[in-house]
Formats: sequence, C-alpha cells, structure tokens
Amino acid sequence: MPKDNGIGASPKRREDVRFLSGTGNYTDDIQVNGQAYVHFLRSDIAHAKINGIDLDAASAMPGVIKIFTGADFEGVGGIPCGWQITDRHGEPMQEPAHPVLAQGKVRYVGDQIAAVVAESVEQARDAAEAIEVDLEELPAVVDMKAALADGATKVHDDLTSNLCYDWGFVEENKPAVDAAFEAAAHVTTLELRNNRLVANPMEPRVAIGDFNRATGDSTLYTTSQNPHVIRLLMGAFVLGIPEHKLRVVAPDVGGGFGTKIFHYAEEAFCTFAAKSLNRAVKWTSTRSEAFISDAHGRDHVTKIELALDAENNFTAVRTDTHANMGAYLSTFAPSVPTWLHGTLMAGNYKTPLIYVNVKAVFTNTVPVDAYRGAGRPEATFQLERVVDKAARELGVDPIALRRQNFITEFPYATPVAVEYDTGDYHGTMDALENMADISGFEARRKASEARGKLRGFGVNCYIEACGIAPSNLVGQLGARAGLYESATVRVNATGGLVVMTGSHSHGQGHETSFPQVIAEMIGIDESMVEIVHGDTANTPMGMGTYGSRSIAVGGSAMVRATEKIIAKAKKIAAHLMEAADADIELKDGAFSVAGTDKSVAWGDVTLAAYVPHNYPLEDIEPGLEETAFYDPANFTYPSGAYACEVEVDPETGKVTIEAFNAADDFGNIINPMIVDGQVHGGIGQGIGQALLENAAYDENGQLLSASYMDYAMPRASDVPFYGVDHSSQTPCTHNPLGVKGCGEAGAIGSPPAVINAVVDALRSGGHDIHHIDMPVSPSRVWQAMNG
Amino acid sequence: MSQVTMTVNGKEMSGAAEGRTLLSQFLRETLGLTGTHVGCDTSQCGACVVHVDGVAIKACTMLALEAEGASVDTIEGQAAPDGTLNALQQAFQDHHGLQCGFCTPGMIMSAADLLKNNPQPTEAEVRHHLEGNICRCTGYHNIVKAILAASGQDVSSIAAE
Repeated sequence: MPKDNGIGASPKRREDVRFLSGTGNYTDDIQVNGQAYVHFLRSDIAHAKINGIDLDAASAMPGVIKIFTGADFEGVGGIPCGWQITDRHGEPMQEPAHPVLAQGKVRYVGDQIAAVVAESVEQARDAAEAIEVDLEELPAVVDMKAALADGATKVHDDLTSNLCYDWGFVEENKPAVDAAFEAAAHVTTLELRNNRLVANPMEPRVAIGDFNRATGDSTLYTTSQNPHVIRLLMGAFVLGIPEHKLRVVAPDVGGGFGTKIFHYAEEAFCTFAAKSLNRAVKWTSTRSEAFISDAHGRDHVTKIELALDAENNFTAVRTDTHANMGAYLSTFAPSVPTWLHGTLMAGNYKTPLIYVNVKAVFTNTVPVDAYRGAGRPEATFQLERVVDKAARELGVDPIALRRQNFITEFPYATPVAVEYDTGDYHGTMDALENMADISGFEARRKASEARGKLRGFGVNCYIEACGIAPSNLVGQLGARAGLYESATVRVNATGGLVVMTGSHSHGQGHETSFPQVIAEMIGIDESMVEIVHGDTANTPMGMGTYGSRSIAVGGSAMVRATEKIIAKAKKIAAHLMEAADADIELKDGAFSVAGTDKSVAWGDVTLAAYVPHNYPLEDIEPGLEETAFYDPANFTYPSGAYACEVEVDPETGKVTIEAFNAADDFGNIINPMIVDGQVHGGIGQGIGQALLENAAYDENGQLLSASYMDYAMPRASDVPFYGVDHSSQTPCTHNPLGVKGCGEAGAIGSPPAVINAVVDALRSGGHDIHHIDMPVSPSRVWQAMNG
Repeated sequence: MSQVTMTVNGKEMSGAAEGRTLLSQFLRETLGLTGTHVGCDTSQCGACVVHVDGVAIKACTMLALEAEGASVDTIEGQAAPDGTLNALQQAFQDHHGLQCGFCTPGMIMSAADLLKNNPQPTEAEVRHHLEGNICRCTGYHNIVKAILAASGQDVSSIAAE
C-alpha cells in the first residue's frame, strides 16, 4: 500500500491551493506604496555607436520623474560574470565590461539605452518614444565562424577578438585521442547545431527596487531562482551595498528553467534608481521584451567524431564546438559549454579517450546562459546522435550497440574528470524496452504505412551531473561562488517546525516535498512542518535552485540540521526520563528509553526546550533551532533511457509524436508524483526544442522569432501522454538521502530520441538521410526528403 | 480617464480606466484581482482567460471600457466562499496539473469553458481546446488528465501522475 506520509508518499501539493484560487503572490502582484514605473528604451539595432541621446522632449512629457542613461552609471560597477574559464594555453578568458545601461555602444537588439521612470508605465512608455538617440550603425556579427574570421568586426573594441576562450578538455589527452582515431576500425562523424532557445517561463521577469531613507536599507523584489546570489552579486559587485543593508525577496516565482538564475541589469537599475529617487521603482517585462532581454539557451555548433574498434567498442570521442556567448557574459555563461558540457561527454559509455574543444564566441545577440540542462543536453544530443549514426553505418541494432558499450562497474572514473558513484544503465534500458513495446513496432509501422505515413522509432540514453557541487572543486574550475546549500530548522515550543532554506521553489513543490523528509526523520505528520524560502531576510545564505540541486544539496542541508535537532532533543528527553543520552530512541514522534516502557512525546521535549524548568541547563542551552550548511562531496549522476515514436507525413513533412517513454534512475525518490511531473515538463520542453522552437536571427542581428506569434512554443496538441518509469533506483552514495535530482532529465534526454526517431522514419521511406537539424519543422523535413 | 462599472464574481465594482486600459490590467491593478495573470503581449499565452457574460475570453484582448455593465468571472470567484475548491480546481490538485501556478488561472478558466459546452470531451478535444493556453512546466500531461478526470472520466489507465 502506498505511504501517505513521509518519504515515498505523494501528498497533494499544499502550494496548489493558493495557485488554484488566484491568491498566489508573484512579484508583479506586489505594489509598494508610491511606486514609480520604469520603461527601458532598448536598441532596435544590433550593433551601433551611440553618438548622442537627446532627452529634452522626453523629460518634459507628463508624469516623467527622471530619465537615466549610461552616464548616470559611471562609477557604478558592471554586471559581473560568476565563472572564469582558463583556456587551452593557460590564459584567462576575455571578459568584457557589462554596464547596467549602455555606454558608448549598443551590442544587441534589446541592449538598454535609457531608462524612463514615470508615474505610470504608460507615461514611461510614451516618454521613451520621445527620446532621440543618434545611433551610428556598425556591421553586426551574428554567425560564430564569421565572428572568428580575420578582420571581423569586434563586438568589444577593447578585446583582441571575438573569441572569449578556446578551451581544450582534457588537453593532455589530445595526442592519445588523435592516435586512437588513426587506429580506429571505423569512424563516424556528424556535424550538427544545437538550436538557440528562449527559456520562456510563463511569468515574465519583474523587479521592484525600494529604499528606506530612514534606515538606509534597500529591498529588491525580483523573479529569481536564487535571491541570496542576487544579493551578493548586485550588492558587492554592482552597487556597493553590504548584505546587511540589502534584502532580496523572490516570492512566488512563475517558473525559471535557468533564465531566472542570473543577475540582470534591470534588477540593479531598479535598486539603484529607488535609492537615487527615494521612491520604489517597478519594472515588469513584457513577453516581447523577455525575448530580447532574458538570457537565451544552447546555440552550439558541433562536429563530433566517434572511433570504434573492429568489435564495435567505442575507443575515442573527439568534438569541436563553437558556443555562442552573445554580446556580454551572463552570470554563468562561460561554465555551460565547458564544465557542464565537456565533463559529460563520456555519457553512459566506457569510452577510454575523449577530447573536447570549445570555442566561445561573442556575437551581437542576446547573451546566452544556462537553460534547463545547461551543457548536458548539448553533450547528450551530439553523443546520442553520433552513436545512432554509427549503429546505422555498421548495420547493428542501436540498443545493442549502446548496451555493448555501457559502463557497468561503479564507481567509474571517466576520462573527462568526473567519477560516477552509481548507476544501472542496463536496468533503465530494460525498463524502457518493457514500456516501449518494441516488439510491436513493426506492426505499428505497417499500419502507418497503410495510411501513407512513415513511422520511426528512436532511442537514446543520458547521464547528467546534478547537485552542483563541491565548492572546492568548482572553485578550481573557475567558479567565483561556493555551491553549498543551507537550512535552518526551527522547532517551536509546541512541536511544529519551520525550515528556512536557501533553496528556492518556483514550481518544484518544495513546500510539500521538504516536509516529507522531516516527517520521516521524526515520525510526525507533514502538516507540522512549514517551509520558508525566497527572502534573504529570513533564510540563511544559500545558493538557490538550479542544476537539479534542491533535494540533493538543499534537502541534505535540511537533513543535517534536523540531525542536530534530534541529537539535542534526545539529550533533553534523556534528562526528562533520567536516562543516558545513548539509550534514547526516537520513533513515531516519541522518545523512549531502550529496553523500557518509558517514553516522552515529541511535544513534551520541544516544550521543555522553551520552558526549561526541568532542563539540563548546565549542559545545553534552551531552545531548539539548528542551522546546517551542506557542501556535497561530488555531483550526483542521474541517468536513463528514453524512446520516441514518430509519424512523418511525407506529403507535408509534418512530424507527430506518437509515443514517448522515459525510464529514469533518480536514486531514492521523496515524492513520486512531483518527480513524474518534473519529467513530464522536461520532456515537453525537449520535444519543443526538437520539433518547434528556434530563436532565429537574421544576418543583421534582428531576432526574427521574438514573440509567441513567431517562436513556436509547444502546445497541448503537440505532445502525447508520456510513459515514465522510475523503478530503477541506484541511490547516490554520498548524500544522506541517496537522492540524485530530477529537474533537468526530461529536457536532457528527450531531443535525441525525437531526432533519432525522425531519421529512422525517413530512412524507412528510402531517404538516405543521417541528420536533420532541430527544430525538425515540416519545411526542414520536406526539404530533406525532396533534396 | 473614465469610470467603468462591472459585476466581478457577483459583486459590483467600479474604477477609473484610460481608453487604452486592457481588461486584464484593470482587473489586476485597479481592482487588485491579481489572480488573472499576464504572460504575453500578443494574446497567445492564455494566462489571462476570464469569463465575460459567460464566455471565456483573454482579458488582454478586451478594453476595460468595453466591459462596462458586463458580468466578469475570474479565478478568484471559482472556489466556494469558505475556500473549498470547485471540482475542476480539485482535479488539478489531485492530478498535479500545475507546477509554478502562473498559467493555472487561465487553464482553469479555459477548461471550465470547455466542460460547460462539452461535458465529456475526448483527449484530443481537450488538447485542441487548450491551443490558446501555454504551460511551460507540466508538458500538459497532468493538465489534460486533470480535465478528463474533472469531467468524470476514468483516467486510471493514463500513465503515471
């Protein structure tokens, strides 16, 4: 019988009640007394010199309070980058200045030229239209390879070129990798593009700066996945405000998917302007603005080669990738194509030799940074596509080729610097084969063909590195932050608990799942535990939620703090029962003395902690509140096998997803319902990337798909019901819950399955096609079929 | 600015609106009913769906002044006065049909309109009806399942919640 409380149960989400009744508290729902509104005048030219800005007419418009330009931010820090990459030659990456408002030049369509603060948002918009900007258009750099050509226009005049870094990994392995390719019995080569995407959480970004002149305190309300990170970056590096004078609040946040990790100029602007004007200043992004100001994702161009010996064992992998950084370095941009991508190139396979080269390139486009999966989808896509192509070239079954090369012994040290602690790749593949009804495929294909359609089946595996991760390791790799997580567990006198966590929930359901862990540990009902998150004023310094790290790192911090609580509570219980500490057991919310019938309830002990009349005051302090910071020993390594079945209409090129099945190994699972939902959402986004989504620029740097009229978001009719299976569970060995994280798997594992299926379908129709770039739109498929 | 009066969730409400003020903006900012969300500016996302005189519309496609005298129902009026969720809202909670919650008000109002006109929709009809409502979190699986369940259909054969 399923559990109804604690770890492994699926209680209904408590946060749903407010979201279902329209009583959530999203940032745009907040109105601060006397707030003014800001509208940003953004460049509609990709690359230009600013010769002058005439504010006279605009400043005289009704309701205008003040118009800011780059000149107002001289002496203020720029938007910092949180990760420094060292290149193949030991040199640091090129790191351009990133002003809050443009200074001297605009570098992408969307770059902020001026900020109009007015009494209403309409007045601010009206006035922005009256600003006269003299822009001298410069050639735009859009294509990455053209950006690196001799004589290319430079995005940043003070850098030596448009090359941010040329990264080799592992550089010392290169000669051995090259030799393995010389010796290979077979080499499969594939060139592909991982399409540029826009994350598109349904809630656009919002920032409200507030300032209290009496206390000198600044407050920023913002749509963030990590309010403490914003406080540190903005306070220390941009505005020079110490943490104790700056509060950052991220209340209900309507989805993140990575794009709400980063510190954005609009946040710094609103905080700065509120202090300067002594008035709250609010910015609410429109969706059109989001397309040209939220950091984009992916945008890699890759050549991958796979070497095999005569027995079809993988002997080496070699890749050459160009990764688009856009015009400026967003907060974690440099880490995505490097440490979050190169370290995953072993995938699920025991390939002994791997070399990854990545050239990161500046272009006149929106900055690119982490989007759900961040580097790992790019790694998985190229690897699983080239393995599929190799199987086809060799005439072997793609599942058999994968199984033959699976890593089967753990821990496993890859040649790309990470050590997988656990996994069972045959186990997830077995589960997938059970779900996907492979034996019935030929009959389904014949039925499709009878209707004039082509049917294809595609499979792939994935491995990801989650729960980022040991601070000392990421520090060596260039991170300018620690990556621990924190929790304070406060037990109230009558026994209820409040957990203040540095993790942030923006759809993941922490308010429901985190209490399940504590309920399990103490043996009480989940309803006795409340979660507080999202406000630097009442949570300990934490690094926030991304990289599938909440339960693995934040949950572990909560466990550690709760262990301290239980240890102290046992001392109190021992005193109350006049027994030795070591003899006290905690079960089902009661403390007992081993081997006796003596016991005291949880609530008796918590009350004693706060009413310490009969209490060991000489040994321990009153009260019951503990904090823990948890810094993991390693990443976690979820893995899985996914399968997609498609039908292609040869008349139109339209692809429909007929079935999608996913078998994941997330280690132990706290709330199966929430985990399934996370996988569903990831698959939906992965299908979106594979079939529909594309942030397309023209040669002048204009974003052609800059609204929902042009950027094809997946809709309900584009996807089927998904099959998901989590029966294969190999617990993580180095965190106390044995959990691995599940937030990104669906988005990482699904695009290659879709494309593998489409290629399979087209080949079944006699088309000699090995690859089509994403998104496989009807026009691309039709063109591939019709040459 | 003009004064506009409408019946919102059964209660007469008035406020000032410019000619260009959208109904979505009027509900959120003037009446303080922030449950109606704005997720785009091209009338694509559906987060702002409300019912005007019993018909589901995107509140961003209508001017506040056009709603003069109309009866408007929003997400805030869906639960019982004591807070008990209605059957559709409850199905969304039971089947995990929401994650971040931002698209949810529009999903509920749109699905309520479907079930009013088609009490036993097929899966394909549900998916087609949601063409104008974008969700980025759920991959739609549990939204479609919740709507089918709310219509009284057996969803136990649909894979995993």
